[in-house]
Parts: sequence; C-alpha cells; structure tokens
Amino acid sequence: MAPYAGKYADELVATAKYIATPGKGILAADESTGTIGKRLSSIKVENVEANRQALRELLFTTPGVHEFLSGVILFEETLYQKTLDGKPFVEVMKEGGVIPGIKVDKGTIDLWGTNGETTTQGFDDLHKRCATYYNAGARFAKWRAVLKIGELEPTQLAIDQNAQGLARYAIICQENGLVPIVEPEILVDGSQSIEKCAEVTEKVLAACYKALNDQHVLLEGTLLKPNMVTPGSDAKKVSPEEVAKYTVRTLQRTVPPAVPGVVFLSGGQSEEEATQNLNAMNALKATKPWTLSFSFGRALQATVLKTWGGKKENVEAAQKALYVRAKANSEATLGTYGGSASDVGTESLHVKDYKY
Amino acid sequence: MSAYWGKYADELIRTAKYIGTPGKGILAADESTSTIGARLTGINVENTEANRQALREMLFTAPGTHQFFSGVLMFEETLYQKTLAGKPFVKLLEEGGVMTGIKVDTGVVQLAGTNGETTTQGHDGLGARCKKYYDAGARFAKWRAVLKIGHTEPSELGIQQNAQGLARYAILCQENGLVPIVEPEVISDGSHDIRKCAEVTERVLAACYKALNDQHVLLEGTLLKPNMVTPGADAPKVSCEIIAKFTVRALQRTVPPAVPAVTFLSGGQSEEEATVNLNAMNSLQTLKPWTLTFSYGRALQASVLKTWGGEKKNWVAAQRVLYNRAKANSEAVFGKYKGDSGGDSGNLFVKDYKY
Repeated sequence: MAPYAGKYADELVATAKYIATPGKGILAADESTGTIGKRLSSIKVENVEANRQALRELLFTTPGVHEFLSGVILFEETLYQKTLDGKPFVEVMKEGGVIPGIKVDKGTIDLWGTNGETTTQGFDDLHKRCATYYNAGARFAKWRAVLKIGELEPTQLAIDQNAQGLARYAIICQENGLVPIVEPEILVDGSQSIEKCAEVTEKVLAACYKALNDQHVLLEGTLLKPNMVTPGSDAKKVSPEEVAKYTVRTLQRTVPPAVPGVVFLSGGQSEEEATQNLNAMNALKATKPWTLSFSFGRALQATVLKTWGGKKENVEAAQKALYVRAKANSEATLGTYGGSASDVGTESLHVKDYKY
Repeated sequence: MSAYWGKYADELIRTAKYIGTPGKGILAADESTSTIGARLTGINVENTEANRQALREMLFTAPGTHQFFSGVLMFEETLYQKTLAGKPFVKLLEEGGVMTGIKVDTGVVQLAGTNGETTTQGHDGLGARCKKYYDAGARFAKWRAVLKIGHTEPSELGIQQNAQGLARYAILCQENGLVPIVEPEVISDGSHDIRKCAEVTERVLAACYKALNDQHVLLEGTLLKPNMVTPGADAPKVSCEIIAKFTVRALQRTVPPAVPAVTFLSGGQSEEEATVNLNAMNSLQTLKPWTLTFSYGRALQASVLKTWGGEKKNWVAAQRVLYNRAKANSEAVFGKYKGDSGGDSGNLFVKDYKY
C-alpha cells in the first residue's frame, strides 16, 4: 500500500512544510500538569490552574515572538484555555501565524525484563482524541519515546517497541488530520562518548523510518524531533562544531529527504548551548535537505520562569527574556547567531532520568 | 557498532563520490558468459572468448567516451582480459579516468513456497573474492537482487531475503575495499500501474536501507542501482515527466542523503526512453541530494551491437554509436538532453529477464 493519501494528505504536507519554515521553530509548552508543577515549585509558585494559565498567557502573548515561532506544543488543558480577556489561546496563536500542537502520549511505563527501559502509552483512544483535538484547532501532535544508553542499552526490544509505537501513533494522527512529530529521544544520561551517541541515534532513527514505512506513514506530512548527538552528561563536553558534525552526519545516514523538517529537542542543554549547537549545524557546509530547527521547552523557558517568579509585575521582563531567546534560536536556524543573547542562559538544565 | 570505518573507509567514500560525478555514469558491461552469448546470438556472432574480448575492446576503446564514464562494470573473465595489443582493460580504463567494477553475485535461485520469487547467491567466500578483485584493480562491485510485482508479490520473505542478502554483500565488499552498488531490481514484468510500482519500490528500498543499517554499512561508500518507477511492461505507457515525478518521490521517501549517487538500471527500456527518463528526473525542480545518473547495459549497447554485427570493419561506426549514446546520457544527468541522438527506440524488454 502507498503512504497515507486520505482526505488530510494535502493539509498535512502544507502544515509540516510551514512548521519547517527557515527562521521559525516550535515552543514546547506541553509540560503535563505534574511536570509544570515541578517547574512552578522551583520558582515558588503554586501549581494551580490559574498559575498555569498565567504562565502560558505570558508566553503566548509575548510581543513580537510570533515571528520566530511556527508552532507551539500544548498540553490538553492548555488547548482549551483562554487569555484573561477571554480569547482562546488557540486563536491568539492563529492570529500570529503560529500553529497549535498537542501532546498526545500518556507517558512511559517500564518494559519488563529490561534495565529500566520504557515504552510509551496512549493508543487506546488515540483516534478519538486526535479528532477532538483537530476540532479544537490543533494541527500537529507530539509523542515522546524514550531510550537510554547503557552497557546493554538500548536493547532490540526497546528499540522495536518504541519505533513501532511511534509509527502507530504517526499514522493515527495523519488519519485524523494532525501532523505527527516523531520524537525518539535518546537520553543524555551517562558517560558515553559522542561516537557512541551517534551509533545509537543512527540505529534508533533507522528503526523509526523502517517502522514508519511499514505503517504507510506519509513522510512529507511528518516532522522529526530527535536529540542532538552529544557526549553523555557525565562525559567531557565538546564544541558546537563537533555536535553539529556528528548530528548532521547521523541525520544524513537515516532521515529521508521527504521529511521537511527536523526540530531538535534541547534535553538537558542550557539555553545558550542549545542555541549554539543549532547554529553550528546550520552554519555547517553539508548536504541538509531538511530544515534544522528547534522544538525547545526548557531551553526557551528557563530564564523566563526565573524572571517571572509568578509575579504580575515581572511579566514584561519575562516576556522580554522569551523574545530574546526566541530570536536567538530563529537566527540559529539560519546559521547567523552571533553570540550570547543574554548574560543568563548558560546553566545546565539537565535533570537525570528526566520525565515530562 | 557504528558504520564501517576500517582501512578502506576514506577510499570507499572517494570512489563512490567520484562515480557520482555529475555528467558521468556507468557502462554496465558485466553480462555473464551465457547472457552475452544471448546478445551475440542476436547479431549472429559466435560466443567465443575472442569475440567476447573483441566486443569489450571495442566498447572500452571507443574514442571520446571515457569522459562520460566514471566506471565500467565487468564480468570476472573481462577483468583479466587485455586489448589485442596487450594492455589490460583495467589499465586502459584507468588511464581514461574510468574506474573498474566487478559483478560478484552468482545468479538467483528460487525461494521455495513462493510464486517464482528468488534470492541471489554468491556470499560464500565473497570477502576473499572481493580482495582478489581489488588486487586486480577493481574498486567497486555489483550484486543484483530481483523482485517482482504480482498478486501477492513481492512477499515479505522475498523482500527480507533480498534486502539482507544485499546488506551482507555490501559490508563484505567494504571490508575488502570495494564500493558496493546495491541493486534491488523490481522487474517491470506485469500490467500493474505506476502507483503500484512506486509502492513496491518504496517498500523494497526502505527494507534495504534498514538492512544496510543493521549490517553497519557505510552509506557514504555505497551507490544505489534501482529500477525507475514505471508502469508494468504490459500496462499503458506514461510520459517521462510522470516517471520522473514518481521515481524521485520514491527516492526522497527512502534514500538517506548520505548516499552520494543513484545509478539507475535501464531494465527493458529502449535506449531513447532510458535517456529521456533520466533527463526528466534531472530537470525536475525538487530536492535531490544524490546525483541521479545511469548504469546502463542494454540501453547503451543495443545499437552498438547491431551496428558492429561482429565485423571489424564496423568498429568505427559502432564506436561512434556508443559515443552518441554516452554523450546523450551524460547530458541527461545535467537535465540538458535535447532530443533524439539516433538511439534505438525499440523495446528492449525481455520477460523474466535473467542476466
């Protein structure tokens, strides 16, 4: 059978292509209620709906930021929230040319018999949920699969389960009008070398694209959200040029040109690291038939959160911080980022064994 | 483990890249003794070593053609042959900037329980044979896997066996210094439409690249030799633009950019068709991170053979014909082929073709 060619095919292709517009990227604001709770705790803000709404309103109404964003990923609750003035967030975004996306997985569970490897849940009512989200204005989705590097890891079981899970999620999304972002994150935890990370990432991505082909996913209507290829968090750091070289080579060896855009996750990288690495990739002279852009959560919001601290009087300053980082990353997608966009943004945001 | 990075890695990458030089392609002159026999019979020439030598000398010494060929594929016998004046073919070609390649598979055998599907043999001692060929001057190799389209074909077994066979062959080549041309030919026999061919080709290519990844093949040191995506031989023909569109899309969906070049087989296409289709692909305004070029046998030699007819007095004329076809295909790689270069537009399709 041919890849998906149903009623949403043209729209999926157009949406994926738009999200991959050079100069733009994705703000990942899809932290689950539990996860955003941790963030709010760290700035001593109570995890109540009003505060979650306030944070997201701060982000989505930042003056001038829409120019740098092609999409924003949301958690389900946020998809239905409005500004204090009563305007749905989805509308705020659309008016700014920003496409709303939605996290659709339901977290990970352990794979029995492995050393802490996991698979991702969320299939059971996925068709229905995707259709509902499409009606609410979402046009793309996200599903995070997680793999780790260890002596025996990732195992073939973990790779197969996660690759096939991603492929099932992807085709179900397409059948319901949502562009699937395929996210096979290989955690940075550990002391592995960058070469090891490259090997594993290549193996995982190859498995993903085989699974996507098996499930008849229309690649032109998807995006990839991989980890950058870096040394482990406990290993010696390397330059952005090294990260760029290994990352781009890994993608060249595994990602078919039909995929319009690669939107990197930032993992535990600091805001500045993430921007520098993305910039180095785009500055690299190499064959890159897909746009290389960002889908950053922590690497766009860390300073914003600290600056805001939950206080209304800090909103303007916090929005400025977001604008600065978004602009920096926009430049990085063009390979024209000049240097540190701010004095802050260099601390590591790595959390061991990170769970969203 | 990551992709192959042994002692030949740099050379493999350079060789593969060179073969993919825009404006150049491959002359596939690797017909086995029996297959070339069928060709010689077709022009009433006896299948003797002398005649096989004469044919290949005529091809390899055709004036002006070396600029259009980055490589020539040979059968084992030819690798050790010389010109009548005593110069080894390999050396002659090398002097013209043409690399020598060698067919290393030993043909197909049927897969029991399938409807005539096959797998390809030749793995036994392949590493040692590759080393031998490298010592004799070869720098790339070819292995032809064959799949067919039918009601239940290609089956998952057919696809898996052939993909894995290609991947095993590929890594063994690399370990011994030869750039493997990966050839998963989906034959055009049948009455299926172009969409069906596209589906099958995409499925087969995806399986191949998964298998190559599993076997740690260094993609930057490989080439792909696929079929173009066309309607079946018994189905109505379509324009070259449509063939170009479906073919390039199939490649976009399956071939990682690390692969430097795609060197198409001509299958049963006429000389002119094969050139015009290649030209259309290269004229298409779309993402094509690999060179799209030719690795043609029949589509470069059909008219040459007819013109030669086994007679030495026809050499010059026959060589001129080869020059014209080679130039036409070179232009096609640039998307600049203007039209009929005197090529044979007769159908070269042979049902259930065996090399």
